Amino acid sequence: MKIDRRSFLSFLIGGAAGTTLSPLTWKLMDDSAIWTQMWPWTPVPEDGEASYVNSACSLCSGGCGITVRKIDDRAVKIEGMKGHPLNNGGLCILGLSGLQLLYGPTRVWTPLKRVGKRGRGRWEKISWKGAVSEVAETLGDLRKKGQSHTAGIISGSDRGTVPRLFDRFLTVYGSPNLMRTSSIIDSYELTLHLMQGVQALPGFDFENADFILSFGSGIVDGWGSPVRMFRANSTWCNTGGKVVQIEPRLSNTAAKSDKWIPINPGTETALALGIAHVIIKESLYDAEFINYYSEGFEDWKRFVLDEYGPDSVATITGIDSATIIALASSFARASKPLAICGRGQGTTPGSLNECTAVHALNALVGNINKKGGIFAVAEPDYINWPEVEMDARAAVGMQKDRLDGAGSKKYPFSRHLLNRLPQAINSGEKYPLKALFVAGANPLYTMSDSKAVKKAFDKVPFVVSFSSYMDETAQNADLILPNHAYLERYEDIPTPAGMPKPVIGLSRPVVKPLFNTKHTGDVIILLAKAMGGNIADAFAWNSYDECLKETLGYKWRVMVEKGFWSHPDFFVQTHEESFDTVSGKFEFAPKETGSLKQFKPVKIEGDKTNYPLLLIPYDSIRLANGVVGDPPFVMKSVDDTVLKGTDVFIELNPKTAGEHGLREGQLAMLSTPVGKARVKVHLFDGIMPGLVALPRGLGHTAFDDYLAGKGINFNELIGPVEDSVSGLDAAWGIRVKLAKA
Amino acid sequence: MSALDNNAKEIAEDAGGEELATSSPEINQKEQDNRSAGPVILFFIIGLFASLILGWIIFPKLLYSKKKQPIDFNHVLHVAEVEDGCESCHFFREDGTYSGVPKLEQCIDCHEEIQGDSPDEIKFVEEYVSKGREVPWLIYSRQPDCVFFSHAAHVKGAGMDCVTCHGHIGESESLKIYEENRITGYSRDIWGKSIGGFKKNTWDRMKMDDCAECHREKTANIERTDVKTPTNRLIDHLIDMVYPGTSKSGKGGSIQTERDACFVCHK
Repeated sequence: MKIDRRSFLSFLIGGAAGTTLSPLTWKLMDDSAIWTQMWPWTPVPEDGEASYVNSACSLCSGGCGITVRKIDDRAVKIEGMKGHPLNNGGLCILGLSGLQLLYGPTRVWTPLKRVGKRGRGRWEKISWKGAVSEVAETLGDLRKKGQSHTAGIISGSDRGTVPRLFDRFLTVYGSPNLMRTSSIIDSYELTLHLMQGVQALPGFDFENADFILSFGSGIVDGWGSPVRMFRANSTWCNTGGKVVQIEPRLSNTAAKSDKWIPINPGTETALALGIAHVIIKESLYDAEFINYYSEGFEDWKRFVLDEYGPDSVATITGIDSATIIALASSFARASKPLAICGRGQGTTPGSLNECTAVHALNALVGNINKKGGIFAVAEPDYINWPEVEMDARAAVGMQKDRLDGAGSKKYPFSRHLLNRLPQAINSGEKYPLKALFVAGANPLYTMSDSKAVKKAFDKVPFVVSFSSYMDETAQNADLILPNHAYLERYEDIPTPAGMPKPVIGLSRPVVKPLFNTKHTGDVIILLAKAMGGNIADAFAWNSYDECLKETLGYKWRVMVEKGFWSHPDFFVQTHEESFDTVSGKFEFAPKETGSLKQFKPVKIEGDKTNYPLLLIPYDSIRLANGVVGDPPFVMKSVDDTVLKGTDVFIELNPKTAGEHGLREGQLAMLSTPVGKARVKVHLFDGIMPGLVALPRGLGHTAFDDYLAGKGINFNELIGPVEDSVSGLDAAWGIRVKLAKA
Repeated sequence: MSALDNNAKEIAEDAGGEELATSSPEINQKEQDNRSAGPVILFFIIGLFASLILGWIIFPKLLYSKKKQPIDFNHVLHVAEVEDGCESCHFFREDGTYSGVPKLEQCIDCHEEIQGDSPDEIKFVEEYVSKGREVPWLIYSRQPDCVFFSHAAHVKGAGMDCVTCHGHIGESESLKIYEENRITGYSRDIWGKSIGGFKKNTWDRMKMDDCAECHREKTANIERTDVKTPTNRLIDHLIDMVYPGTSKSGKGGSIQTERDACFVCHK
């Protein structure tokens, strides 16, 4: 039998017929359809039991309560906690995106030790035991040599149990150098201290105020506790409350306000004094408060009346005198007016002068410690640990001056002056810093004049980061002792600044720690025990959780049940009790600071000839610029007139752009006395001519691919300017020149 | 000239060539027919059977890989111990969602200590319970991720029995081998044991047609159109376009929503 072509064809036909009659084709078609839906990169939601855990968000200092939805063991959604005194169910875009930080690729999985040169990104994994003993050894050596004061800590906060444990550790170890990240709160604390004689945080009763005079505060751009501010802003829309926004740029807050008054940048103090002038002149002030509860009013009044008439203020501020008069009149005539300051998100302290001038406006209308006004909120005193017993070495160390100069003869009132640290290290005028711990802060990104900060860090031989994420500071550390992420740990979240009533939030583990991380509180306790002696004795707790429970006492139960604790019988102090100054009254011109009353413009860096324009930063709720950067969800919300690809846009008035021959979208080179950057131009009528605005929160070198390498870090272009009274960073901008790139 | 024409010409030439070579064209023609008919039929049959064997017998063996469950579970033993039948372990949560395969949490009450001496029991307690690891059960009835199925609607709402879809698994003393489709990763139980898709019982298959079958029956009584397969839907749609208004598809196909939309069942 010959097998020819016909046989072959008939075999094929038979095969085709058979295949048709078999399920092969149909089954394969069906399976391949399902296969296309099963590609491993297709995200599939978890299936399982839904549950909710109440916790607190600590991605910024806002202290919002959160409710996290879980499916089995996986956190799937963060929502605002209903009934929470701060955010009552609301949450900001960063808080909503927190899961991307928890599960994202930027977490530090295990303790790491640097290999090779610092900042090269080469690490070796080490055990917790090894890591703690290495730190203990280094600190022990310093102490033996009588150099305990050369150890320092940069902390995101000085309130709450973890920062206080650090403080306690440093005290008993023998170093005065715990430095807190600075913000407008520093200026407010100082203002309250000088004018009211109290050590307290400012608390603003926004919910009951009906006229907000904001000196550049980004009410809907992330100032204060952001969600509380959004809610207050909505309340004013419904109740007819008015917002007047004073700033040189049409920010989101300005756009949403009832009136936006553009002002020459840095002249806000003059405007505040000008408004005071009109109020005094027209006798619109609260005479009862002034007469019975204030001191130094007559001197201050004379000075304000002499120097700050509407016409002279108009010249300084660029706001016409009629507007100033009308503004002063509407502020003073409102039933519950409230003046606030702190530019943008309030991340820089600004000049103390400005803060006291704005606070004086509140005093003029008598809304201190009054409904709808500003309160001095004392810290809830729940942390009552036994006094530490310092040995001789610790006592000697604690006697040394702080490296940042806070509390020194020059700056006797300031408690923290982190902005002065890089200069102190780089100049070497006092003593070198030999060990630096960084917790809850990312100074290599957030501090101005990045180059100088980096240089200072390079001079510190031993840098330890406690970050949960591989941020800029962790990248440049010698040792990373990763903390549990904020959704994996217990921690108390003390009253956020701006809240008129004490509230303590409880951050609690939503999920079990995903990696080989350790609570920073536990690390401090372990470290103390490893060091032995008085240091170990000061930390009697076996674990941080035990310490926290013991510290909170009866509040713990309430906090576990409700998710937060608020003062049940908090009452408004009477004016008789409010002021702890020498006179027992509100001080309009505190004697401690002779120069306070004068408006002295902050001398910002750069000369006018070489740098004809002014560069100012701006903040947006869509750009996190604190201890964490934008997670991908938030990055997605950034407008393409802010960031396109990796290029950041500067905002420029069309008139200024015309003078420089720049068009929309064109590349330009921005140079300040501190740094240079290539940017794109966005023409914006909402910015005053002669100004250049650049967003904060971009230009990260750390975090994930969605954020790193995009745009410019504003801090690379600006340096700190010391306030003459407080020593805090008073810079609001820097001079800049712009050229076609 | 096209390839087909070329081919035809070639065949013609071949035939012609043979004719020239033989002396008697008639005999030759017959011989040729006899010579070619046998192999042609034979090869057709070979091809037919080979492909039938391939499609019906070899293909399923290639398509599915056989996996053993991590623990051999005895349903009979457990059903006898519990009060509420299937729902004792496969229960509805408070929010109405269905718990599915039990988690360790439910087992741990009785199995904290080893019960009896079966090797599976020892393995279960030692490897899973004491280590706190969930058992990676292979789920026979797991549907593709895109399928939205509510147990509550069917069991609570329509009062259906577990057996209708899941068969008599509650009466099994041992877990059968899990056959995993190598292409899709799902159990063979979805398509059904029969590769041809034939079934005797309602629980033999769990494909969309099987959903549709039941929905069609239930909805027929209340004069609604049925849940449509994509092909039916396409035909209906075409009829609708050509002869508007004559198509049967008027009302919704879903009992739940009375709408005729894919997203009722497909996420």
